[in-house]
Amino acid sequence: MQAFAQLLDSLSFEAARNAKLRLIETYLRAAPDPDRGWALAALTGGLDFPTAKPALLRGFGQDWIGPELFALSYDYVGDLAETLALIWEPDPAAGPPPGLGEVVETLQRATKTQTPAILKRWLDALDSTGRWALLKLLTGAPRVGVSSRLAKQAAANLGGQPVDAIEEIWHGLSPPYRPLFDWLTAGAPRPLTNAGGAFLPPMLANAIDRAELDTLDPTHFRAEWKWDGIRVQVAASGGVKRLYSRAGEDISAAFPDIVDAIDFEGVFDGELLVRHEDAVAPFNDLQQRLNRKRVTPRMLEDYPAHVRLYDVLRLDGQDLRAHGFDERHARLEAWMAQIPRPRFDLSPLVPFRDWIHLAELREAMKRDGIEGLMLKHRDSSYLAGRPRGPWFKWKRDPMLADCVLMYAQRGHGKRSSFYSDFSFGCWREIDGRRELAPVGKAYFGFTDEELRWLDKWVRDHTTNRFGPVREVTQELVLEVAFDGIARSGRHKSGLALRFPRIHRIRRDKPAAEADTIDNLLRLLPSRDGDTIIQKT
Amino acid sequence: MATGTLNPRSWLYPTPRGLYCEPGDFYVDPAVAVARAVITHGHGDHARPGHRAALATPETLAIMRARFEDMPNTAQQPLAYGESVRLGEVDVRLAPAGHILGSAQAVLEYRGQRIVVSGDFKRRPDPTCPPFEPVPCDVFITEATFALPVFNHPPDTSEIGKLLRSVATFPERTHLVGVYALGKCQRVICLLRAAGYDKRIWLHGTLVPLCMLYQKHGIDLGDVMPVSDTVLETFKGAIVLCPPSAMADRWSRRFADPVAAVCSGWMGVRARARQRGAELPLVISDHADWPELTRTLADVGAPRVWVTHGREEALVHYARSIGIDAEALHLAGREEEGA
Repeated sequence: MQAFAQLLDSLSFEAARNAKLRLIETYLRAAPDPDRGWALAALTGGLDFPTAKPALLRGFGQDWIGPELFALSYDYVGDLAETLALIWEPDPAAGPPPGLGEVVETLQRATKTQTPAILKRWLDALDSTGRWALLKLLTGAPRVGVSSRLAKQAAANLGGQPVDAIEEIWHGLSPPYRPLFDWLTAGAPRPLTNAGGAFLPPMLANAIDRAELDTLDPTHFRAEWKWDGIRVQVAASGGVKRLYSRAGEDISAAFPDIVDAIDFEGVFDGELLVRHEDAVAPFNDLQQRLNRKRVTPRMLEDYPAHVRLYDVLRLDGQDLRAHGFDERHARLEAWMAQIPRPRFDLSPLVPFRDWIHLAELREAMKRDGIEGLMLKHRDSSYLAGRPRGPWFKWKRDPMLADCVLMYAQRGHGKRSSFYSDFSFGCWREIDGRRELAPVGKAYFGFTDEELRWLDKWVRDHTTNRFGPVREVTQELVLEVAFDGIARSGRHKSGLALRFPRIHRIRRDKPAAEADTIDNLLRLLPSRDGDTIIQKT
Repeated sequence: MATGTLNPRSWLYPTPRGLYCEPGDFYVDPAVAVARAVITHGHGDHARPGHRAALATPETLAIMRARFEDMPNTAQQPLAYGESVRLGEVDVRLAPAGHILGSAQAVLEYRGQRIVVSGDFKRRPDPTCPPFEPVPCDVFITEATFALPVFNHPPDTSEIGKLLRSVATFPERTHLVGVYALGKCQRVICLLRAAGYDKRIWLHGTLVPLCMLYQKHGIDLGDVMPVSDTVLETFKGAIVLCPPSAMADRWSRRFADPVAAVCSGWMGVRARARQRGAELPLVISDHADWPELTRTLADVGAPRVWVTHGREEALVHYARSIGIDAEALHLAGREEEGA
């Protein structure tokens, strides 16, 4: 538990991906079984035991130092689990601290009435970091900025395997993953995918621009619209039906409408969309359905989900991944034509003569719900990962807005001496007064040289400091590029930009001439312009 | 130690210039320049320049000479630990406070009543200064920088271990360690040496004069060198000490993908560590934590306690709950930070 606690503690302060990987890998290498397996389960969101209620922790704290001191302490720290971890004084007679395996296995068996006594014994034996990690585990998932994919990548690194080799077998494994570690570290054979509904690692595309297209033969490529939803995999085999995100996370529970509509066996690649009547809803509507463990009947009705299929990986017990794209697509079309499936449709090919023609089509496509074009080599096998060459994405040109820099925050790691995270706003009028309302935050899009310039500008124009954040004079105009815009109740401006980045620094432009919130509102997609779903 | 009917507040009380001892006609750690000052230790919020006369330990006076240019204009009266001197009608003695080199508690006696002004102190061992000496007294004036039960500073060895573990995990990165120039810097170096780290430790230029002063006072810092003395070094895998302000400064750009480590008692609370931009927070403090503060109240056995600078509320509450007559004492010129 102590080693795992140190890992969580380090991860919670580390921002860089590679450093996080190194930390997890170092831990997994040193930790014994089954501890490291339970750790991997905790980091991939796979730990399941009855959790402790905040009232139990509060009661412990108040009994320990009295309600007044506890209130002062909690008020200062602002986090219940952390407060209790900090105020507890360990008992030297408590014996050795528990291992992670012992903690998880005991909690899985313990009854509700046994929990307080067990918890107290552990708190007595652990150090402050150990207590914090234990209490965080008990009150919900430890939030340390690690995706399930990243944790699997670290495990894969142990055995020098590609992470996709783990993804393929992951859903047939269960914590504490003994066979997985035996394979990765002890030369045992790779565990078999004997469970149904297994995930197959997806094939990803590289970005391309107009100039690079001219180096390719247009007759070798097929084009499809790039839909603005999320990439998913529909996997059904051996009676198990699952919906996975691109990263291999099982999101079936949030989309029962899709899973219930699976009346076939096979593995398909597609785009998850929300549909209103025949039109694709804005991405924002889809977001209402994401990141949920459960879904209400109301949500199912308001935001009905739909999958637009563009590839088939397995069908009728046959692995089609080694076949060429044209052949797979023909199989997919023929299969789709067999019977109508209202929750699924086909992503049609976009016919084109040459790159100039395709550029015109891309230019003319102004509908919301389309991010650009996908180009796939007609002979391409379905390869895991992001191979260079067979698949490309040619995104629509971004939208642009002139915004005014408002705040800058220090970065991490290599950027810790730079103000590199920029918050910017647009003008609006409130009670006859013109003011800036924040519309977004971006930390890339600029060159190293531009970053040095921006950093100096921020230092020279600071008006206020809040910890690592500086407020600056409202003078500098940044041309911000973004892929979409939606209404948002969470932002003060009522708007949220999708994927904003700094496009250009407009030193020439007076701040007063930057865009207004009203200008941005005009960019909001209207429902009428939505993409019509093709009837199959 | 007869208390009699003498009210301690009648002879030692706060004024806008600082804590004033009337029968001795001197201030303890005044906030502005005064005619006569007793200085507990060399940190900037306790030792200020421009006094006409200053009484302190020889080490504290040496620190003041290293920091202030016009010290020749101050009449300096060194008083070693344990020695006693009479100022006006008051007997003054300095007892070790365990805070930094030269740090002392001012033990004041007037008409049989003893007040101890502890200044800043800690109770855990520090290789750079003698340990805190509990002095039984009628009134104990305690600091309260970390006076909340959430401040339970872990052992120094575990925090240094955390730093060395990070150096081992990221051998290609520079570990930039934010420390205060006086006390924390030299203590962290000594702790690293005690943990067996014998490689060169690099210093930001502003840390050099006080490191030299410590070395002159017999504290062995091993192989230390200013960063500015080299142009060839890549600092990969190196430990570089600097003031916390330099970590966000352009100065830090010469280092390879630095890990920002910060040594401070505040690092125990996650929100505070994040606020400071720490990637590797190390809870190493020169101030007493909650268990040390409460233990000290028991050790000195004073029936009255005055609580100054920090989170007085919790400590006053605690002291009253064990039958001590406790109250907050608000002093001019004390800031929370700098711990």
